[in-house]
Amino acid sequence: MSAVIDNHHADHAHGPAKGPMRWILTTNHKDIGSMYLWFSFAMFLLGGTLAMVIRAELFQPGLQLVQPEFFNQMTTMHGLIMVFGAVMPAFVGLANWMVPLMIGAPDMALPRMNNFSFWLLPAAFGLLISTLFMEGGAPNFGWTFYAPLSTTYGPDSTTFFIFAIHLAGISSIMGAINIIATILNLRAPGMTLMKMPLFVWTWLITAFLLIAVMPVLAGVVTMMLMDIHFGTSFFNAAGGGDPVLFQHIFWFFGHPEVYIMILPAFGAVSMIIPAFSRKPLFGYTSMVYATGAIAFLSFSVWAHHMFTVGIPLTGELFFMYATMLIAVPTGVKVFNWATTMFRGSLTFEAPMLFAIAFVILFTIGGFSGLMLAIAPADFQYHDTYFVVAHFHYVLVPGAIFGIFASAYYWLPKWTGYMYDEVLAKTHFWMSFVGMNLAFFPMHFVGLAGMPRRIPDYNMMFANFNMVSSVGAFMFGATQLLFLFIVIKCVRGGKPAPAKPWDGAEGLEWTVPSPAPYHTFSTPPEVK
Amino acid sequence: MKTEGLSTASLVKRLLLLVVGMFAFGFLLVPIYDVMCQAFGINGKTAGSVWQGQEQVDMQREVRVQFVSSNAEGMRWSFGPEDNEIMLHPGEARTVNFLAHNPTDRVMVAQAIPSVAPSRAAAFFHKTECFCFTQQVLQPGESIEMPVRFVVDPALPNDVRRLTLAYTLFDVTERMAASLDLAAVHTN
Ligand code: HEM
Ligand SMILES: [Cu+2]
Repeated sequence: MSAVIDNHHADHAHGPAKGPMRWILTTNHKDIGSMYLWFSFAMFLLGGTLAMVIRAELFQPGLQLVQPEFFNQMTTMHGLIMVFGAVMPAFVGLANWMVPLMIGAPDMALPRMNNFSFWLLPAAFGLLISTLFMEGGAPNFGWTFYAPLSTTYGPDSTTFFIFAIHLAGISSIMGAINIIATILNLRAPGMTLMKMPLFVWTWLITAFLLIAVMPVLAGVVTMMLMDIHFGTSFFNAAGGGDPVLFQHIFWFFGHPEVYIMILPAFGAVSMIIPAFSRKPLFGYTSMVYATGAIAFLSFSVWAHHMFTVGIPLTGELFFMYATMLIAVPTGVKVFNWATTMFRGSLTFEAPMLFAIAFVILFTIGGFSGLMLAIAPADFQYHDTYFVVAHFHYVLVPGAIFGIFASAYYWLPKWTGYMYDEVLAKTHFWMSFVGMNLAFFPMHFVGLAGMPRRIPDYNMMFANFNMVSSVGAFMFGATQLLFLFIVIKCVRGGKPAPAKPWDGAEGLEWTVPSPAPYHTFSTPPEVK
Repeated sequence: MKTEGLSTASLVKRLLLLVVGMFAFGFLLVPIYDVMCQAFGINGKTAGSVWQGQEQVDMQREVRVQFVSSNAEGMRWSFGPEDNEIMLHPGEARTVNFLAHNPTDRVMVAQAIPSVAPSRAAAFFHKTECFCFTQQVLQPGESIEMPVRFVVDPALPNDVRRLTLAYTLFDVTERMAASLDLAAVHTN
C-alpha cells in the first residue's frame, strides 16, 4: 500500500502538473477535495435555483408561473440535487482535504480510486440534469420516488434517473471505502483512535453508514429498473408485489441517509466550538459514543416515515419509541456543545457564528422531529409542510451551516489568505434571517394542514407563504455573496498564518497556509 | 504510518464484501417482507389459502362483512360484488359471488388482488376458495360470476365487528402475453 503512494509521489515530486490535465488526472487529496467542494457548490446553486422556482410559484395562492407537472419536477430535482449533489459531496470534499491533514497522512489511502469516485459525480448529475430537457420531463415523483408512482406512472426519464443514482451511489461507496482505509491505516504514529479529532471520528462512522445503506439504495433502484423494463413485480400489486415494500426498503436506506448528512457536521462543529471558546471540547469520549449510538439506532427507526401506511399497532409503538430513543444521544451532543461554550472566552468570527446557529437551530429541528415521532400525532402532520419545516431545520442550519462553518474555518488553510470577515458576517446574518423567515412559518401552515408538494394552496395560508418566499429569496441571494467571498479569498487578501485561530487545535495547523501540495510525507510525531 | 491491523488491500476486500452483502440484503428484504406479512397477517394480506380450523361456529357472535371492489388504472371491466355486505357467525363458511364483464372487443386477462381491513383482522380471514387464486380470461363481451368462499376465524378479537374485503382488479393481459407462468407467483 505504501508502495502505491510512494510511486505517486515520485510522479509529482515538484508540485502540481500544469493545465487542465492536472485536474482530470490528479490523485492529490487536496486537488480532489477542492473539486468535490466546487462541484457541490455548483449543485447547491442549481438546486437552490429550482427552490427559487418553487418559492416563486408559492408566493401567492393559485397557479402563476409553472404548471403542476413542472412544479413536481422542481420539488423532485431540488431534493435529489441537494441531497446527492450538494450535501453529500461537500462532506466528502471536506474529508478529502482535512482527514489526511488531521491524522498526519501524506494522502488518501487509495488516491487513484479517489480520482475515479470524484469524476463519477459529474457523469451522474449530467445524466440527472439532462432529464429536465427530455420529452416527458424530468422525474416528478418526489426525492423519495415511491413506487408505483415512479414505476408504473413514472416518466420515460426514470431510467436515466436510476442510472444517475447508481453512479452517485458507486461514487459514495468508493469514497467511503477510501476514507475508512485512510483513517484506519494511515494515521501518524501516536495518533490513537481516541486521539483523533471528532471530524475524523464522525466521518469514520458516516463511512460505515454509507457502506451499509448505499448498496440498499442501489438495490431498490435496481428493482425499479426491473419492474419498469423486465416485467418483474417487486412493487406491482397486479403481479403479486407490494408498493409498501418499496417504502420499507427505501427508508431502510433513507433514515441512515439523513444521519449521513448530519454526522460530519456534528464533527466539524465539535472542533470549531472549542476553537472559538478557547477550551477543550467537553465530553470528547461521550461525543464518540453518542455518534456511534446514533448511527447504530438509525437502523431501527425507518418506519417513522411510514406511520400512516397501515403498519400494526405494535409496529407503530416500536418505531415511535425507537425514534424517541435517538433523541437521547443527540441531546448528549447538544449538552456537550453548550457546556464547551459555558465560561469560555468566546469570540464570534464567522465559523463560530455558523456553529452556534447550528446548535440552536438544529435543536429546533430535533424538537419538531420528536413531535413527528409521536405516531398518533403524525397522522395529522404527515405529508404536510410541518415535515418540510422539520427536515429543513435539520438540513439547512444543520448540514449546510455545518459546511459553511467548516469552509470559513479552513479557508485560510486552503487558500493562504484570510476571508473578508465583514462580508462573511453579512453572509451569516442574511442566511440566518433568510432561512428562519423561509422555514419557520412552514411549521404553522403545516400544523394547519397545508399539504407538501402541491403548487397551489388555500387562501388562508397566503401570508405565511409570502413570508416564506421572501425569506427563501433572501437566503438564495446571499449564497451569491458566499461565492464572491470564496473567490475573493482564493485570489488574495490578508496572508493567513499557519494557525489563524488562536484557540484551534490539531495537526492541520502545524503545516503552513496555504497547505503545501504535499504534506506529511514524513509522518509527524503525535504525543 | 501505522501498519498494525489489516493491510489496506485486505481491509478494502472486507469492505467490498460488506457492500456486496448489503446489496444482497436489500433483495433479501423482499422475501423477509412477504414472510412477515404472511406470518402476522399485516398489511391486509390474508393468511394462506388453506384453512384447517374445525367448523365450530360461534353462534353468540355476529360479524358484518362488507365487500368493496375497484379497478386499477386502465382496467375497463365492470366488476363488483353481488351483495355489498352480509352478516355471519364466526366459523361459518359462506360464499359470495363477484360479477365481472369485459365490455371491450379483445380477449383480456385480469388478476384480482385482495386486501382485508382492519389489517389486524386479516390474519383471521380465511379464504378457502377464491377467484383471486387464479387469473380470469374473458372473451370480448363475456361475463362471469366468480365465487369467493371464506370463513371468519372464531378467534377473531371480540372488538372487531366489521370486516371489509376489498378487491382491486388489474389488467394483466400484456404481462401474461409476455410470460405465462406468473400465475404461480400469487396464491394468496
Ligand atoms: C431527534 C431527531 C429526529 C427525529 C425524532 C426525527 C423524526 C422524524 C420523523 C418522525 C419523520 C417523518 C415525518 C413524516 O413524514 O410524517 C421525519 C422526517 C424527516 N427527517 Fe427527521 N428526525 C430527526 C432528525 C433528523 C435529522 C438529523 C435529519 C437530517 C439531517 C432528518 C431528516 C428528515 C427528513 C429529510 C425527513 C423527511 C423525509 C421526506 O418525507 O421527504 N431528521 N423525521
Ligand atoms: Cu427518519
